[in-house]
Amino acid sequence: MSVTLLAVQTLNGLQLGILLFLIAAGLTLVFGVMDFINLAHGVQYMLGAYLAVACYQLTGSFWLAVILALAAALICGLLLEFLVFRHLYNRDHLDQVLATFGVILFLNEAVKVLWGGAPLSLPVPELLDGSIQLMANFAYPVFRIALIVTGLAVAVLLYVLVTKTRIGMLVRAGATNPDMVAALGINIRRLFMLVFGFGAMLAGFAGIMAAPILSVEPGMGDNLLILAFVVIVIGGIGSIRGAFLAALIIGLVDTLGRSFATDIARVLLPPAAANDVGPAIASMLIYILMAGVLFFRPSGLFPVRSA
Amino acid sequence: MKRILSALTLGAGLGAAVLTGTAAPAAAESLKVGFLATLSGPPAVLGQHMRDGFLLAVKQANGRLGGIETEVIVVDDELKPDGAITKVQGLLERDKVDIMAGVVFSNVMMAVYKPIIQSETIFIGANAGPSPIAGRGCSPYFFSTSYQNDQNHEVMGRYASQKGYDKVVVMAPNYQAGKDAVAGFKRHYSGTVAQEIYTKLGQLDFSAELARIADEQPDALFTFMPGGMGVNLVKQYSQAGLKDVIPFLSTFTVDETTLPATKDMAVGLYSGAEWASDIDNEANARFVRAFEAEYGYPPSLYAAQGYDAARLIDGAVSMAGGVQDKKSLLSALAAAPFESVRGDFRFNNNQFPIQDFYLVEAVKRAEGKYVTQLVEKVFDDVGDAYSGSCHMK
Amino acid sequence: MTGPFFKNTVLPIALFAALALVPAYADVFDDRFVLLFFTRILVFAIVAISLDFILGLGAMVSFGHAAYIGFGAYAVAILSEHDIWDAWISFPLAMAAGGLFALVTGAISLKTRGVYFIMITLAFGQMAYFTATSLSAYGGDDGLTMWGRSELFGTGLFTGDASFYYLVFGVLAGAYLLLRTFAASRFGRVLKGAKQSEPRLEAMGIDPYRYRLAAYVIAGMIASVAGALMANQAEFVSPAYMSWHRSGELIVMVILGGLGSLHGAILGTIAFMVLEEVLSGYSEHWRLVFGPLLILVVLYGRGGLMGLISGQIGRKSRGEADQ
Repeated sequence: MSVTLLAVQTLNGLQLGILLFLIAAGLTLVFGVMDFINLAHGVQYMLGAYLAVACYQLTGSFWLAVILALAAALICGLLLEFLVFRHLYNRDHLDQVLATFGVILFLNEAVKVLWGGAPLSLPVPELLDGSIQLMANFAYPVFRIALIVTGLAVAVLLYVLVTKTRIGMLVRAGATNPDMVAALGINIRRLFMLVFGFGAMLAGFAGIMAAPILSVEPGMGDNLLILAFVVIVIGGIGSIRGAFLAALIIGLVDTLGRSFATDIARVLLPPAAANDVGPAIASMLIYILMAGVLFFRPSGLFPVRSA
Repeated sequence: MKRILSALTLGAGLGAAVLTGTAAPAAAESLKVGFLATLSGPPAVLGQHMRDGFLLAVKQANGRLGGIETEVIVVDDELKPDGAITKVQGLLERDKVDIMAGVVFSNVMMAVYKPIIQSETIFIGANAGPSPIAGRGCSPYFFSTSYQNDQNHEVMGRYASQKGYDKVVVMAPNYQAGKDAVAGFKRHYSGTVAQEIYTKLGQLDFSAELARIADEQPDALFTFMPGGMGVNLVKQYSQAGLKDVIPFLSTFTVDETTLPATKDMAVGLYSGAEWASDIDNEANARFVRAFEAEYGYPPSLYAAQGYDAARLIDGAVSMAGGVQDKKSLLSALAAAPFESVRGDFRFNNNQFPIQDFYLVEAVKRAEGKYVTQLVEKVFDDVGDAYSGSCHMK
Repeated sequence: MTGPFFKNTVLPIALFAALALVPAYADVFDDRFVLLFFTRILVFAIVAISLDFILGLGAMVSFGHAAYIGFGAYAVAILSEHDIWDAWISFPLAMAAGGLFALVTGAISLKTRGVYFIMITLAFGQMAYFTATSLSAYGGDDGLTMWGRSELFGTGLFTGDASFYYLVFGVLAGAYLLLRTFAASRFGRVLKGAKQSEPRLEAMGIDPYRYRLAAYVIAGMIASVAGALMANQAEFVSPAYMSWHRSGELIVMVILGGLGSLHGAILGTIAFMVLEEVLSGYSEHWRLVFGPLLILVVLYGRGGLMGLISGQIGRKSRGEADQ
């Protein structure tokens, strides 16, 4: 185990963290501002990926596909908002859970009907197709570096939007006290729609960015949804800053844990037992982390609203 | 209140009526086959291939396997073992199927095997072949047209030894089939396993594991990564520049279910399998042609196994002259009276196949489709390692 | 007066009466499948009412409730691997295991609220799940087959189709009555009060934490018993019993039925599982219908199925007691 390996794993962890952030950012916005549990965020991510594949098959150009897919993801998000979510803002969280669960079932199946059950993929664009030699045998794809850079750019953009612009101020105010904001004459309905659309676009964008490195298949968003919830819970609901930090932490913990848990276990246990315990611990690490964080900070690291 | 009560009873009645449904046995002799496969979720493509292969054979027999009017009831097990038990109970009790077939995943197989066998219903396994069923728990009612779970991995173990790969890293998902894969590989591998990496089931990003493998610099990597996991691994392996540096040996990772996604990145990679699209016999040529014509995509070994299962039923029912006499049907099945797409095929004492195993390679065909093709035969006419523990009554 | 009386007394009695007749129906119509299927539904119903107790009554949304099914099921299965079949050993052990896990995880989880509680219960559920998959000795992810059923003092209570059904039915009825008594007692009122307004309750000098923990442990123990029954019903256990998908489905069943009334949870379970079975018989794409169905229930059927049913009656009586 060399220093280079450790450095590479850290880079991998950061990249996973950035991808998680892209997904979690939209989720925490929607939850924080609109107090809306959107389980369907995972399928919005999946839709982004599928739309990217479809648009690529239509146009043959990666960049065109990205733009078209983003637009399509936004439209789909707004459509969902109009048809289903809009009626749920005032409802109990559990009703939102049930309804968005129904959306997940429907869209996972719809995607299978439209594109078939086999995994699809999106080729990496030529501009980003190279790789950088990091270790003797190991090349790090430029596309993943692009992902990190893009994610950081989105994080900065979100930060600027939320803290420095008027819209951002409205969003933050709406998160703290929607009734007051409405009483002040702001169209809270339209604000919510804006936030939701933006959140859907972020999720779709994450899907588009992930499509070249991960396989595109029905249900691809489900496990990431759980991870995204872990991220926003650790970070504090409604906090973009919290989501960013938590995503990076989770990415690092998960990656480093997977890499080294079995080795550490082998130090303490016989090899057969270590092979059982190591991967189990590696899978559990982020949950243990979350339980630990919640124990000391029951509202996450950067709670937006006080308990 | 009366309205509600009557509505409820009507609803309950309707529900019960639909549940009790369609079980009336036909007057003329008919054959009902219950086909259980995973048709939802990420691994759905495997069940789809297997089902399509099975149904193709039925179609080629004009809907009459063994000359008898055949009805195939396809059921999705959703990869939920306990739910699968309920579905099987429905097929056995309500639909009263004569034969059960299919099952992609080992955990579903372990759940449904016992109820099917205990009901003395003939069961043709078309993919999963966990060791308890091949060994201690074998039954005269079970026939496999696929393989025993360890065997394909043994192929790669033998091949790695033959090629002189002294140091190997193995990687598999952390579930029973993954552990079986590693065990099967080790059985015929004489070199050193430098690392055993167990990944999370359903894991999508292997960058951490690939960095470790690159750091270790083994002579080869052996991996078992079915479905979407395999797609991701192959893509990322290629993107990390490892494909031309560390040989990628695998099972159930690079085949026609994943090649449409991995395409050129998988070309040239080796796997161990009992079937490839270009095995040279008439049945196989006919099968591949008809499958592509019917469904528009190249078949995988799952499809071939499903196809063989239906053809086995067809041949046995013909030989036994019907499904009424279970005893003669069982002995007909044991004789394997059909032309397998694999060529050499007969049953071992545990009613698992004795067949050939090959090293296969992913290639790109002239018209742009990606398939697996033979490289060399690694095992000739072999049975599995568990047949010795099978003492069938 | 007819509203709440119908909803709280007539309906559950009718429901249980109908369920008690299932073996007779199966006998008359020679349909063993209905009996087997409803046995499974009733086992899930036991878990559902235990979840409704903490979720509907106490607003504790446990996203790891399926873990208790696993505890109960694995207790029975592991003992059977070591050739111990007596129910009076395995069932209490199952309850103890589930109760202990509930006590430890509940003590930690109940320090949090709302979605944080949901996530932390999910975390613990996942930990249980991954631990089970790592148990290679007991089949790991492939699961463990049970080559027989539990025995109760040598009787074939667990083995016969009808007798096992009545056993499960008895446990369901017993659990229902037990939980309903709790709900109607001071204990239940504290839980409901805590759901409405914690500061008010604390101002009265009651600390809801202990009551919530007690409720959580009770629910966990009941779900473990259901798990032990499920191991017998399927004669098979696997970590899939504890997956978060299963926990999610349980929550859906409870919400579908309507929160808080306990028999609503039974209705929700029956509706969910029957719909799933019937729809999947028609097409492999049944989720295209099922998903929107759930959405429609939420949008137009406030309070789930119980809300739909009592909505017809309740309109007549104003100010019916909040159940």
